[in-house]
Amino acid sequence: MPNSRRTRSAVRNRPGGTVLAGLVMGTLVMSGCGPAQADNSLTWYINPDAGGQAAIAQKCSDESGGRYSIETSLLPNDAASQREQLARRLAAGDASLDIMSLDPPFIPELAEPGFLAPVPEDVAEATTENVVEGAIAGATWKDELVTVPFWANTQILWYRKSVAEAAGLDMSGPVTWEQVMEAARTQEKTLGVQGAQAESMTVWLNALIESAGGSIIVDPEATAETVELGLDSDAGIAAAEVISTIGKDGLGGPGLPTQDENASLIGFQGDSGSFMVNWPFVYPATVGAVEAGTLDQAVIDDIGWGIYPRMTEDQEAAPPLGGINLGVGASSDNPELAYEAIQCIVSVENQSEYFVTNGNPPANTEAYEDPRIEESFPMAETIRDSLQVAAPRPQTPFYNEVSTGIQQRWAPPAAVDPDSTPQSSSDFITSVLRGEQLL
Amino acid sequence: MTSAIPAKTTTASPAEAGPRLDAGRGNGTKTGRAPKQYSDRTRAERRLGWILAGPAFVIMLLVTLYPILQAIYESLFRFRLTAPDERAFIGLENYLVILSDPVWWSGLWTTVFITVVTVLVELVLGFALALVMHKALKSVRGLLRTAILVPYGIITVVSAFAWFYAFDINSGYVNSWFAWLPGIDENLNWFAQGGTALFVIMASEIWKTTPFISLLLLAGLAQVPDELSEAAKVDGATWWEQMRKVIIPNMKAAIMVAVLFRALDAFRIFDNVFIMTNGAYGTEVLSLLAYRQSISRLEIGLGSAVSVLLFLCVLLICFVAIKLFKVDLAGTQGGR
Repeated sequence: MPNSRRTRSAVRNRPGGTVLAGLVMGTLVMSGCGPAQADNSLTWYINPDAGGQAAIAQKCSDESGGRYSIETSLLPNDAASQREQLARRLAAGDASLDIMSLDPPFIPELAEPGFLAPVPEDVAEATTENVVEGAIAGATWKDELVTVPFWANTQILWYRKSVAEAAGLDMSGPVTWEQVMEAARTQEKTLGVQGAQAESMTVWLNALIESAGGSIIVDPEATAETVELGLDSDAGIAAAEVISTIGKDGLGGPGLPTQDENASLIGFQGDSGSFMVNWPFVYPATVGAVEAGTLDQAVIDDIGWGIYPRMTEDQEAAPPLGGINLGVGASSDNPELAYEAIQCIVSVENQSEYFVTNGNPPANTEAYEDPRIEESFPMAETIRDSLQVAAPRPQTPFYNEVSTGIQQRWAPPAAVDPDSTPQSSSDFITSVLRGEQLL
Repeated sequence: MTSAIPAKTTTASPAEAGPRLDAGRGNGTKTGRAPKQYSDRTRAERRLGWILAGPAFVIMLLVTLYPILQAIYESLFRFRLTAPDERAFIGLENYLVILSDPVWWSGLWTTVFITVVTVLVELVLGFALALVMHKALKSVRGLLRTAILVPYGIITVVSAFAWFYAFDINSGYVNSWFAWLPGIDENLNWFAQGGTALFVIMASEIWKTTPFISLLLLAGLAQVPDELSEAAKVDGATWWEQMRKVIIPNMKAAIMVAVLFRALDAFRIFDNVFIMTNGAYGTEVLSLLAYRQSISRLEIGLGSAVSVLLFLCVLLICFVAIKLFKVDLAGTQGGR
């Protein structure tokens, strides 16, 4: 009896279940193939931040008077994973990539196969006015602006005033790596550099080579077969000497081989902190730690900042350049609307607001004039000056290969040999690019 | 969970029962008949079985076979996802590049090393745990099994992070807790050298999956009839002799299943290495190598070739394990 009741009830329920299944399938099919959103709806793939990009999206949507509405979609945490996801979606012709927050070094790789919608001339003109040179260089591929600079980032030299004073270093002007290393050595403190086998190693090496007047890639537009690397050069050897000395002399501390930007910051905040090269996020992070009670106010009071160290006294430093540019997917259904929205997103006002609320520096120099910036970021002027001289990482479609190759051969710092590493890493990367070796 | 796994392993254990049945200890399992001798009822049951399991079987075949065939096909091309116009057929060149590259071989040896060490340690530890659980009082048996299973229930990525943070030079507590041990001090950076990094990776792997192996072995242990060990005891066999001559030989199939499952899992290790070192400083394993080529470099051809080679290695492990243990799993199907 219970069996037959169950059977009857199952039979009775079947039409309802079928309808439900049909509806679910229908919804799934529609969301995959049909227009799931209104025609003026744009999707902005953003990198994780403190909510600033979502706020700008909302603000621009409101200001557009209904012409478009921007919805944000969050990308993974690190830049490499963001690139992986975007590249795969772009290669598959995903039409939802209306606006994308892109890390500059990965832009050539996406621009070369035509994955990015061309920037209209009027947009290019309007969005590059008063923008720092490095950010424009990072947004350009083959002399053409392929993305729009949004915010720019740079590394500066952070130091503990007490240590610099004890070492007798005059921090009012530029300092060299040699001076910084010597100060750490005599004061028995550790230097905050990024020695991990990670992209931060490429950032560091690129800055050292550029500061010494060289370049990791001689001709960025060359093909994989013809590309020529500048690692095995005087600048490359000079860079190897700095990295090797810091590694072999233990100036980076025992954590150096696994140290990334966050680990450097923790070390710098500790008792052994002396000098550190790092992005501006360290300031809001340190202020936050003091407010949370995990760090003394004395640490903040002891922190000073200046331009990235030089390789030689008479040659200006070329600090690392980062930031985010905005691109439009070639398969987007609404490229015109997307560029209209981008113009709103990168407005001077929004860039200032984003700096104040999220700590990411504007690419537009005009945006630094906002009085709130000086209040929240006393080092804003140093950041702006640094951006003016900063050098982008190699702009090549093969950046990922070049960067991974560098990471594998230039880490750990103690294993770097100025006599052999520049040449062996150059040979290695060249053969990887020619498809003769695994990476 | 605790009851599910022994149940699963007992379905595997008729395989173990096969050779014993041949030795004249038949206990009711009907095996060894030719199909034509099946009764109408058996045939109807078999048909029903196919009708019920057939669609799932076909779908499984499709979702498993399709990617394998696709990978084999893609591995014959030079194809980078961000250079779609440059796609070219190059035959077996990708395989030649891989097999002549020291990166592949060092990745292979690292993977084999991790597999051999972790499986051996897990086998010994797992067997000891299985013995403890087997002999434990009925009242605490359930609790014991649950407690032992806890590490296995934790998601690998989560456990990898836990182990990473414990050993990391900045956030870890291991260095300060164990500084009294020779070789460990405050300045030991575990993830800066291959040896110590592999130690942590393998330790976390062993911690996490020993419960699995111990439960498989417990099921095997439960299959050994008590009369056998009692008879051996009466004959004056020591504990060690009972183990060596009675219990372990009778659990051969259970041990094989445990070793095979774990060896395959260990050979495909990814999460732990990805989280802790991302392959840095001599800890690169094969699945990470495949990931790097296909996902990071977007080199679909080269990455597919690495994946195909990895698949062949896995097949080889299955083949070697089955040959080595001389267990005929097909025997359970009945006289094939």
